[in-house]
Amino acid sequence: MMLLQIDRITRNFGGVCALESVSFPVERGTIHGLIGPNGAGKTTLINVLSGLIKPDSGSILLDGAPIHHLPPHRIAALGVARTFQNIRLFPAMNCLENVVAGQHLVAGRPLFPRLLNLPSARREEQTYREQAMACLERVGIARRAQVLARSLSYGERRRLEIARALAMRPRLLLLDEPVAGMRRRGLEQVGDLLVSLINENMTILLIEHNMSFVMRVCSTITVLNFGSTLTTGTPEEIGQHPQVIEAYLGGAGCHA
Amino acid sequence: MEVFLQQLINGLFIGSVYGLFAVGYTLVFGVLDILNLAHPAVFTLGGLVALWLVEGAHLSIWAAFPLAVLFAGLLGILLDRIAFAPLRHRADSYFSGLISSIAMAIIFESAALGIFGARTVRFPAGTVSMHIWRFSGVTVTSLQVEIVLVAVLLMVALTSFLHRTRIGKAIRAVAESERTARLLGIHVDAVIAWTFFISSALGGAAGILFGLYFDSLSPDMGRSIELKGLAVIVLGGMGSIPGAILGGVAFGLSEVMTVAITGTSNLRDAVAFTVLFLILLVRPSGLLGRGRIREA
Amino acid sequence: MDFFTHFLAVYGSLINFIGINALLALSLYVTLSAGQLSLGNAAFAGIGAYSAGVLTMHYNAPFVVSIITGALLAGIVALAIGLPVLRLRGVFLAIATLGFGEVVRIAAVNLDITGGAQGLVGIPNKTTTWMIFLALAAASYFIARMRTSRIGWSFESIREDETAAAVTGINTTYYKTLSFTIGAIIAGLTGALYAHLNYIITPGEFGFSAAVNLLIYNIVGGTQYWVGPLLGATLLTSLPEVLRGIGVTAGPIRMCVNGVILLLVILYLPNGLVSLFGRASARKTKVRADSPSGEV
Repeated sequence: MMLLQIDRITRNFGGVCALESVSFPVERGTIHGLIGPNGAGKTTLINVLSGLIKPDSGSILLDGAPIHHLPPHRIAALGVARTFQNIRLFPAMNCLENVVAGQHLVAGRPLFPRLLNLPSARREEQTYREQAMACLERVGIARRAQVLARSLSYGERRRLEIARALAMRPRLLLLDEPVAGMRRRGLEQVGDLLVSLINENMTILLIEHNMSFVMRVCSTITVLNFGSTLTTGTPEEIGQHPQVIEAYLGGAGCHA
Repeated sequence: MEVFLQQLINGLFIGSVYGLFAVGYTLVFGVLDILNLAHPAVFTLGGLVALWLVEGAHLSIWAAFPLAVLFAGLLGILLDRIAFAPLRHRADSYFSGLISSIAMAIIFESAALGIFGARTVRFPAGTVSMHIWRFSGVTVTSLQVEIVLVAVLLMVALTSFLHRTRIGKAIRAVAESERTARLLGIHVDAVIAWTFFISSALGGAAGILFGLYFDSLSPDMGRSIELKGLAVIVLGGMGSIPGAILGGVAFGLSEVMTVAITGTSNLRDAVAFTVLFLILLVRPSGLLGRGRIREA
Repeated sequence: MDFFTHFLAVYGSLINFIGINALLALSLYVTLSAGQLSLGNAAFAGIGAYSAGVLTMHYNAPFVVSIITGALLAGIVALAIGLPVLRLRGVFLAIATLGFGEVVRIAAVNLDITGGAQGLVGIPNKTTTWMIFLALAAASYFIARMRTSRIGWSFESIREDETAAAVTGINTTYYKTLSFTIGAIIAGLTGALYAHLNYIITPGEFGFSAAVNLLIYNIVGGTQYWVGPLLGATLLTSLPEVLRGIGVTAGPIRMCVNGVILLLVILYLPNGLVSLFGRASARKTKVRADSPSGEV
């Protein structure tokens, strides 16, 4: 069974049709790219997937169970984590605290032992801290753990968002332009990170404009244009699909 | 029937004063997305300064009124310089602006208390000549008519200012999008100063009219209108000037009607605030409002 | 000991007020810590005060029963209005809670059982200074410890960015309502204690001014750390006494000083007085990065 089955998702805003009957599957354990010109509806789709927006019609099945009507925190609890195009960190917290905040679903932190300051609570906290640090290390910003989120560089903030998402131990990761603005080294590191996550049984749905990055890391790509699915296929197929080339790649073919 | 008509007219009169006051509130909110809680204090000072000009400087109300309104406008500019401009760049500027406006409200009110004393005062008799007209059982005083005329005049002036003059259009542009306005070369800080000037001038005017209508002024007269003003702009829609006017009139009418129906003034405010509460729950954008009300 | 008893005799009342205000400020802090700008805690205190007072006076309920009932009643009302009201953002939530506060105040003025505008007179004095400070200590401890729990982290995440908090799996509606209700319960408890302090409570004590004061205590003290509201309440409650000691008894000046302090804080020390006492400890370093990997 597909991990994610998106079936005829439609969403209007006032008179504007943002998503029209969008359908495609996302296979378990893959990096699935979502590309399309600006305004094609990619972020809107991610918002629907994560529960921030409800679709007008259509359904989304996560491992066979419908999730499209659920509130965001319930979808998160089912193992879906996401990052934002505009990056939404917790600005007054430092890196480590941002990740710790992301541990909400996996860390009990009950009140009562803390009221009494029991040693079990302190041990628990130590474990969680180590896990949070591990997430920071995973994305390569462990040495910035004590820095406030609002003081980070752009690339570091993107990575922190991913680290916080990882703290949730999701099975599906929705990334909205995770490498926007990054240069070669950052691209390589994030690319390697994503591949390593797949090897640990995660599934990733990724919006990106950086075509070489997409072609390199994704095994499947869906193209959206004007709110509807143009096509879904392998990078090779997409690269040679005439309509895709026309709508998006500018008619010059693609360069992997 | 005549009682009803009388109440209708009374409601319209007091409603126009409420509307005038609310327009000032909503103008600042529309442009800056900030609630200026010092507005009621400017309302108070406008009224008290007008009184001082009439009583102390022996000016006629027709001279005192524009002078006091001008003074109120200048207070608004002062308010912006001290309390809002320094916070403009902050991420949480709507909140810190709110707090600093509370601070300025306290300072202004203490100034009113210190300068004018705690007593309730009134415009001297004969400030406004009074004629009374009666027709079909309804009583209308010339004062009421003058108040409504002044209020209407000011609101008409405001509307044409916003739509016909360069600055007015600039204000509307900044209200739409400050960043775009800046990119278009609009001098945003000047526009904001103008906004505060107009808003506070209107607030001061409302204070003078209020003092004349109720024949009483005191340093804490802002209190009685403070929350009502908020209720009005919520009712009419935050950021909408026609909404503020409409809301003011509706509010005035509902107040007067409540008193007429229940026979007592006790529940008057309770009805008003319950309505406010319900509107926020059901249709927070108000009658004509714009702007993000709920969390995403 | 002699000095101590003398001190208490002279300043006992002030100390009680400091304790009460600190508790109320703390109650608001809980709600603010989840990013909810509620101005309803004075009203919740009023609900607690009146219900406890009525129970003791008219139904001869034991003191403890009255207090607990007062607190719980405030909590129940908070639950009832919280669910719809907490959907509103920032300034609209503030206005809604202010409106709610007005409705409560007007109800207190108009109902017979609450004694009307004169208030509830003749409540037996059962509250002692130790009770107030015991409650304060317990509440402070509870809130301080809550910080590192799941609830505390959820509050803070919501406060920082509600949308991001939601996609992290935090049930924002639940936690916002929780912060609102806990705040109301503490406020209700405090109101109930207050009712049994001075024989009389009046509706005016729980109105707009009180609500704004609670916010001011938090802002001046600082909202990042639970010590903030305590600091703010202590400073601003004792300030009139200090001013009186140096010969300033006039109302306007005291008022002006309050306003100026608030203005200076919001302009230059936006995180409150607490942020003066060591930047590191005021900012939470509740999670230090000393992990086995050797990072510091």
